[in-house]
Amino acid sequence: MQASVRPALSVNLPPIVTSAAARETPEALAMRMTISKLDFFYGAKQTLFDVSMGIATNKVTSLIGPSGCGKSTLLRTLNRMHETVRGAQLRGEILLDGQSILAQDVTALRRRVGMVFQRPNPFPKSIFDNVAYGLRINGSKVPISEAVEKSLRHAALWDEVKDHLHKSAYELSGGQQQRLCIARALAVEPEVLLLDEPCSALDPISTAKIEELLVQLKDICTITIVTHNMQQAARVSDFTAFLLVGQLIEFSPTPQLFTTPGDPRTEAYITGRFG
Amino acid sequence: MSPRLRWRKFVSGFMLTMTGVCAMVAVSVLFLILGYLAVHGGTSVNWNFFTKLPVPVGETGGGMANAILGSAKMLLLATLFGVPIGFFGAIYLAEFSSGSIAFVVRYAADLLNGVPSIVIGIFAYSLVVHPFRQYSTLAGGFALGLMMIPITLRSTEEFLRGVPNPLREAAMALGASKWKTIATVIVPAAYRGILTAVLLAFARVAGETAPLLFTALGNQFWSPGWTHPTASLPVMIYTYALAPYDDWHRQAWAAGLVLLVLILVINIVARAILSRGIAVPRS
Amino acid sequence: MATTTTIVPSAGPVAGSRSFLSRLREGDEIARMFTFLFAASVVLITVLLVFELWQGSVLSRHKFGFNFFRTSVWDPIFEQFGALPFIYGTLVTAAIALLIAVPLGIGAAIFLAELAPARVSDTLEFFIDLLAAVPSVIYGVLGIFIVVPLMRQYVQPALKLSLGFLPLFQGPAYGVGFLTAGVVLAIMVIPYIISVSREVLLSVPRDQREAALSLGATRWESTWKVVVPFARAGIFGSIFLALARALGETMAVTMVVGNTPMISSSLLSPGYSIAAVIANEFTEATGQLHTQSLIELGLVLFILTFILNGFARLLIVATSKRGSGMGHV
Repeated sequence: MQASVRPALSVNLPPIVTSAAARETPEALAMRMTISKLDFFYGAKQTLFDVSMGIATNKVTSLIGPSGCGKSTLLRTLNRMHETVRGAQLRGEILLDGQSILAQDVTALRRRVGMVFQRPNPFPKSIFDNVAYGLRINGSKVPISEAVEKSLRHAALWDEVKDHLHKSAYELSGGQQQRLCIARALAVEPEVLLLDEPCSALDPISTAKIEELLVQLKDICTITIVTHNMQQAARVSDFTAFLLVGQLIEFSPTPQLFTTPGDPRTEAYITGRFG
Repeated sequence: MSPRLRWRKFVSGFMLTMTGVCAMVAVSVLFLILGYLAVHGGTSVNWNFFTKLPVPVGETGGGMANAILGSAKMLLLATLFGVPIGFFGAIYLAEFSSGSIAFVVRYAADLLNGVPSIVIGIFAYSLVVHPFRQYSTLAGGFALGLMMIPITLRSTEEFLRGVPNPLREAAMALGASKWKTIATVIVPAAYRGILTAVLLAFARVAGETAPLLFTALGNQFWSPGWTHPTASLPVMIYTYALAPYDDWHRQAWAAGLVLLVLILVINIVARAILSRGIAVPRS
Repeated sequence: MATTTTIVPSAGPVAGSRSFLSRLREGDEIARMFTFLFAASVVLITVLLVFELWQGSVLSRHKFGFNFFRTSVWDPIFEQFGALPFIYGTLVTAAIALLIAVPLGIGAAIFLAELAPARVSDTLEFFIDLLAAVPSVIYGVLGIFIVVPLMRQYVQPALKLSLGFLPLFQGPAYGVGFLTAGVVLAIMVIPYIISVSREVLLSVPRDQREAALSLGATRWESTWKVVVPFARAGIFGSIFLALARALGETMAVTMVVGNTPMISSSLLSPGYSIAAVIANEFTEATGQLHTQSLIELGLVLFILTFILNGFARLLIVATSKRGSGMGHV
């Protein structure tokens, strides 16, 4: 199955310097998700043009590009959160483990592809109930308190909150709240975790903690992160995709993209000639 | 300072003072009302008032126990009838509806909200009283419930819409279906507001008299069950105040005091619930 | 190069295209239909209300036609029903109420929005909100026992003495009557005018005031010539709202208006109102025509308040939009 999916990455699409990832890490690299020929529209306005790429299993893939380039839109299509916006429409195909995500039940899909948002958005409930939320609505089989502890440990929050699990989540700091949201997403054991600029509302210290966390988390799930901060992409990710006005310009292993970009537009962006 | 400027300054100071006087006059009415009711009715609010039936004309004493129970029964019915319609209707408006249906529902609710209460009485009469040829607790509760619907609906919708979108997204991204998102995240996040809306609607109809005149009618005795005419506090105040007996006037004042205190307390509690903090930070 | 992925042709899966069945399984479709029933029942009730009023007055509408509004004989025995005295009384009492309530209410709203510090303003507004919650039957009680004697003993004799040459202030001082009902109504609607006007005044952008003050206007001039005109539509909205309230008000008016179907130029004389006659006669109406005529009065009241409330809402929404729109510039 993996073999049959992989070629999607190496589709020869002229403007995209691609397939590098596939070339450098050959057989071992499995693709958790595959996006092919994705076009996206908000009403009549097209915001993504013919995007094809793969999300490698147990790796961190980051999406970068200037504001409005479509990176968040692309991320949101991966668990179909775009459907919450009226008039959004997409064309193309997205596969998760070889199966089309568009054909499956959306709530089941979102259990497998979790998401963390720009601003921390804990529910107005206790810390414990926040993490337990996904387990409860999905009818977890494992004991909930164990699963909560495990997720909080994964999110590196356990030691800070273990003594007041039943306090309101709003009493946590912004950085803690964001890690709580990560724990909440991890609790349902997603295969893929999407993060939409998760550090944009946080201070540098909290940001550092979350970056550290992401590197550890890739052992348990596949991570895709949107960031407006190139250094962050360089620090945390294995692969980086650069988007510009809705087009995927370049998609390569991170070190390669930042040291020897294959496209002059990528080079212009990473050297700061774009806003 | 030129005389003209001095004149303009004088006018300014004078008019601004007058606006202050207007505000004081308006607010003092509240305290006048409370004061008069307390003075005239305070001494008559006693154990008998809450436990005794009204006595026949000519005798003194007695109470309004039947009216208090009648009001309580009708308000219970009104809440059971009006709040679910308002609450679930609001959920439909805030979470499920699309443009034109929502517009029609909102329009209907606003229309209903503006209908004079006496007209609500006519409506309840022709719908519930006339077909069964029977004034009843049920009909009174129905009329009051009708009036609770638009208040509950519009404010609940407002509070549901106030729940930040990221919370909806967070729940959906965890694989919650829409109704689970509503039941476990959105409604709990808005519950203070919803509770306030229900309490205010309750307080609003608790003092309504006109819709009860020809639905619940009135009764000097206990009203067993739900299908007989019943006394109610507001109608009792009306009939007692217009009667030519001093002892009835005394009781009308007492009933007015009890009713007003109840309504004001509910209002204050409702506002306190809301201001104890919206549970959700608005970003 | 061939790929194994399926490229969906341009028709593409539409956003939100979860199948009906999957939504049904998740309960979403059930929840949608369930809540829809409640929302639809609100519309149904409203339609039914209009229908009942229309249907319930069919006899009287056909029998009297437009004469219903032009004649002033209200005689249940000979089944002649002309609503003019009630319409007259309703309009006169509402007009008196507005004459008193508008200046007072707007004055108070100006104080609350422009002068009072935020905390004082909020506290006073809290009291005003409580005042709006006082039930009308309690205003009626205070009307009978406090306002009526005051009017009879002091206000009406004084008016006759000073302005008795006007047709407005003639005849014996009953205490009850148009003027008393108007005064009580004024007290009842002031809170509405204050609340809504304060709200629209507060939505006037700060720069409007500052511009006027920087040109050398006094505080009052900036308020009266700049801020109030800016909020004018919304203030009119609050007045329409108050008028709708006053027209439909039943209990307090019934208790102090005198309940006499009379068209008199003197404000001191007793009168009647639409709501009051419905309240008094509905349960005692004998003939079908009598009941139907009362329901037609209800219909008239409904239409009047419907139009006024609609106007009020339009004006208030327009002002707050204008205010917020300008404020962001």
